[in-house]
Amino acid sequence: MRVGVVTFPGSLDDRDAVRAVALAGGEPVALWHADADLRGVEAVVLPGGFSYGDYLRCGAIARHAPVMGPLLKAAGAGLPVLGICNGFQVLCEARLLPGALIRNDRRRFVCRDQRLRVESSASAWTSAYEPGEEIVVPVKNGEGGYVADERTLDSLEAEGRVVLRYVGGNPNGSARDIAGVTDASGRVVGLMPHPEHAVDPLTGPSTDGLGFFASLLHRVAAA
Amino acid sequence: MARVVVDVMLKPEILDPQGQAVQGALARLGFAGVTAVRQGKRFELELAGEASDQQLATAERAAQTLLANPVIEDYRVRVEG
Repeated sequence: MRVGVVTFPGSLDDRDAVRAVALAGGEPVALWHADADLRGVEAVVLPGGFSYGDYLRCGAIARHAPVMGPLLKAAGAGLPVLGICNGFQVLCEARLLPGALIRNDRRRFVCRDQRLRVESSASAWTSAYEPGEEIVVPVKNGEGGYVADERTLDSLEAEGRVVLRYVGGNPNGSARDIAGVTDASGRVVGLMPHPEHAVDPLTGPSTDGLGFFASLLHRVAAA
Repeated sequence: MARVVVDVMLKPEILDPQGQAVQGALARLGFAGVTAVRQGKRFELELAGEASDQQLATAERAAQTLLANPVIEDYRVRVEG
């Protein structure tokens, strides 16, 4: 399966995302922010980093990058998209996901191994996990506080669209300990923690992150 | 030449850690009686020619599309001068 990984100017974790896709058995395809099409990929990962220097707001300028035109169109037609950290911020700015990410309540950049609970295995990117399964992957952000109005939060909870929650301490003041959410279709997922940094025991705290990338491939194999 | 100013502020219910840090620094410097600080952004758009209704509408659209995120921010567009 061909999985695109977009590099924006200022992306940092695109290489790790490419590696994670390959380790999970997919075929990574490098996409550039200025690309006019998606090169025939069957899914896309928007990686972490500081796209366009995080100028204006995190993800605000990347959301209008040329590659985002075809991406938004394809996502509307069912293309699975995973936004990690800065990628999550881009998806919120693009309104593919509800809410926004604001500066951490503790006013510090947080970088640590984080325990998380997978709340839903119904999304395209979390089907390899058991609901309620706890995993450990790195979290590293300065503007990772998830916010949305109460009505939106209530409907996310009611519809099972909170896919991931912080356990053992909320690192950034996110509402209701939310670490990741999905759109109504379950194909577009955004999360602040970095599963692509937890795919190899040599370089990560676990290999718990591999499931996000494996979920996608299982789903296609089963379809 | 006309200048259109777009002021962007976080909505009142959204936490502003930057504003809190500034308030803390003011208190340490002895500026007594400042009970809260909120930090916003100001954009100055220089327009060619006079500010017409059409150009104001364009600035309004720019604010909505890029300068502000209406999920967490309020904005105000006005002509300066």
